[in-house]
Amino acid sequence: MKIIVCIKQVPDTAEVKINPETGTLIREGVPSIINPFDLHALEAGLQIKEKAGGTVTVLTMGPPQAETALREAVAMGADEAVLLSDRAFAGSDTWATSYTLSKAIQKIGADVIICGKQAIDGDTAQVGPETAEFLNIPHISYVRKIEAVAPDAIKVQRMMDEGYDLVESSTPVLFTVVKELNEPRLPSLKGKMTAKKAEIKKWGMSDIQADENNLGLKGSPTQVKNIFTPEARSDRKMLEGTPDEQVEALLQELRGLKCL
Amino acid sequence: MSVIVNPEKCQGCEECLSSCPFEAIVMKEGKAYINEYCESCMACISVCPEGAIIEVESEKTGGTDTGAYKGVWVFAEQRGGKVASVAYELLGIGRTLADDRNTDLSAILFGASDAAAQELIRWGADKVYLGKHEILESFNDEPYAQLLSSLIKEHKPEIVLAGATPIGRSFLPRVAARLRTGLTADCTSLEIDKDTGNLLQVRPAFGGNIMATILCPHTRPQMSTVRPRVMKRGQYNVERSGEIREVKTEGLASRTKVLETVKEVSDIAVNLQEADIIVSGGRGLGDPKGFKLIEELAELFGGAVGSSRAAVDSGWIPYRHQVGQTGKTVCPKIYIACGISGAVQHLVGMQSSDIIIAINKNPEAPIFNVATYGIVGDLHEIVPLLIKRIREMKGGQ
Ligand SMILES: Cc1cc2nc3c(=O)[nH]c(=O)nc-3n(C[C@H](O)[C@H](O)[C@H](O)COP(=O)(O)OP(=O)(O)OC[C@H]3O[C@@H](n4cnc5c(N)ncnc54)[C@H](O)[C@@H]3O)c2cc1C
Ligand SMILES: Nc1ncnc2c1ncn2[C@@H]1O[C@H](COP(=O)(O)O)[C@@H](O)[C@H]1O
Repeated sequence: MKIIVCIKQVPDTAEVKINPETGTLIREGVPSIINPFDLHALEAGLQIKEKAGGTVTVLTMGPPQAETALREAVAMGADEAVLLSDRAFAGSDTWATSYTLSKAIQKIGADVIICGKQAIDGDTAQVGPETAEFLNIPHISYVRKIEAVAPDAIKVQRMMDEGYDLVESSTPVLFTVVKELNEPRLPSLKGKMTAKKAEIKKWGMSDIQADENNLGLKGSPTQVKNIFTPEARSDRKMLEGTPDEQVEALLQELRGLKCL
Repeated sequence: MSVIVNPEKCQGCEECLSSCPFEAIVMKEGKAYINEYCESCMACISVCPEGAIIEVESEKTGGTDTGAYKGVWVFAEQRGGKVASVAYELLGIGRTLADDRNTDLSAILFGASDAAAQELIRWGADKVYLGKHEILESFNDEPYAQLLSSLIKEHKPEIVLAGATPIGRSFLPRVAARLRTGLTADCTSLEIDKDTGNLLQVRPAFGGNIMATILCPHTRPQMSTVRPRVMKRGQYNVERSGEIREVKTEGLASRTKVLETVKEVSDIAVNLQEADIIVSGGRGLGDPKGFKLIEELAELFGGAVGSSRAAVDSGWIPYRHQVGQTGKTVCPKIYIACGISGAVQHLVGMQSSDIIIAINKNPEAPIFNVATYGIVGDLHEIVPLLIKRIREMKGGQ
């Protein structure tokens, strides 16, 4: 079983703060981490390998420093790591990212491709399904339990709004995973040693035979027009006075709006 | 557009470094340099005191003839034949967009009945494209993507909206990939740009820390997903008439198969999303007993109980009560937040409520930014008083 896990290096959004004057993000001291959902994807890949045999390749597209994320994944147990890095990939939206990843996946070859549900910086949850479409293979989103893995078919639980669907798919298949699926392991000491020495394959545009027009900013149908911070509501009323007065004022307002 | 630094003007002051949300600006030999992380968000341009950062036109390839595309489409998802309420909300905003563009609003319905299609017309659709085929009854990504893509190719709508649900978020990306067009996830506001006629799609990014306006200027259709409960439903009119058009469903195939659909709805989850009034508690409650107060107040209002993630993580209340990015998105008439700081991840789940009442002892708490009524005070004082007074009023009736 050849397994590819797509991981992304992201800023830890829990640590991100806003500069109230400029309305921009303060990135200083914000650590870069492996997208939390992708750790669950990696864990899923490692568990499938342990049961069914095979190899796990971790794949990321990003700047050279994303190598750190790949080494972490190797420390957790991944066998191989590929970094897609090229100036031509700059400014990719989900369309161009998925195109690029699919080109690399074609080169590596895989029976099962696993992505996280979404990346916490963009929160789009689009790269997994779009990649599957580029590869012309089926996909299943929001996998919360893997019920069975055979060489030619897998059976999983797909999380839905009101419960779950039991879904079966032929292979090759791509799926995206939610946190409920598993508990990611920690890197072992041995794993960390291996990771230090591991060879990271570095591929650029020409290594994956990509069409330049589909890459980066040029290949991206969407554009970020601007970014801003949410503003305070203009109709806000602060209710002043003693607690009694505040409560009274609130009841007054609610009565006025016929809410009571 | 792409953003570059003019090295001749750059003085190396490093002002721009922290303005970049994507960590895309680095210093090279004393000058700022924009690397492959750049998303062209333009945040750095205004920060540079030298005006050294500029945007340059990048040549675009593969653009579509945007003028050939007309009409607004709403994908109306169904589960077990029942149309999801998000479809009616999308028809609300869809109607507005269609009117602004002076065009028609159509709904796309797969695997449901004529009666369900009729209902979509009453909620504002001019036309319903109805796909009737066994394979469409339960949700599978491939036939859904296949049919929607071919309908889009045939009829060329300029805007396609779908719910940001496990269904819409899963198969719309396939459609976008196939049609070589943009898809913007989880939009919280959609508006037509008066000058260009483009769709301005606003969505939270970085866990809701910032909002971004996304454009899809060169390709069509412009596609967005919208979370349930973010948009308001339009007008319901039993008299409204429209056209139901059954579409060809030949050749649909799926390599995935739904073997079984299992429902696990808890009454509370449903309750939370349908309640007119929600009383929510956060870490400020201090301990699990605090939720007794919250429940009491909710009961008096005939409402439901919500919570922040901090309260759930502390084990004070089960996860199904959680409101926010990783919990439920709610949009009640009144949302009462008690002892909740108002972290962005919480706000994205409740800020479109009609009236927001915030009770917090810290006047600087961000929850007050979205509040309609703010009370700075100790909830252990305020809430019992509120309960007492409402009881008195009810008793006096
Ligand atoms: C990826 C990600 C996803 C997340 N998803 C969610 C989500 O879905 N929902 C969510 O809620 N959070 C979510 N969070 C967590 C979020 O960032 C906050 O940590 C959380 O919302 C804080 O909860 P809180 O407001 O109850 O607690 P705190 O931030 O600790 O705030 C407690 C508030 O209570 C006030 N207070 C204390 N005592 C009193 C008193 N006696 N009377 C009145 N006020 C008092 C304090 O002034 C303070 O403002 C997420 C975080 C991440 C990183
Ligand atoms: N640049 C990238 N490199 C590798 N995998 C990625 C990249 N971007 C997204 N992914 C994968 O796609 C998933 C969804 O990401 P997103 O669509 O950005 O929310 C992530 O959890 C990753 O598994």
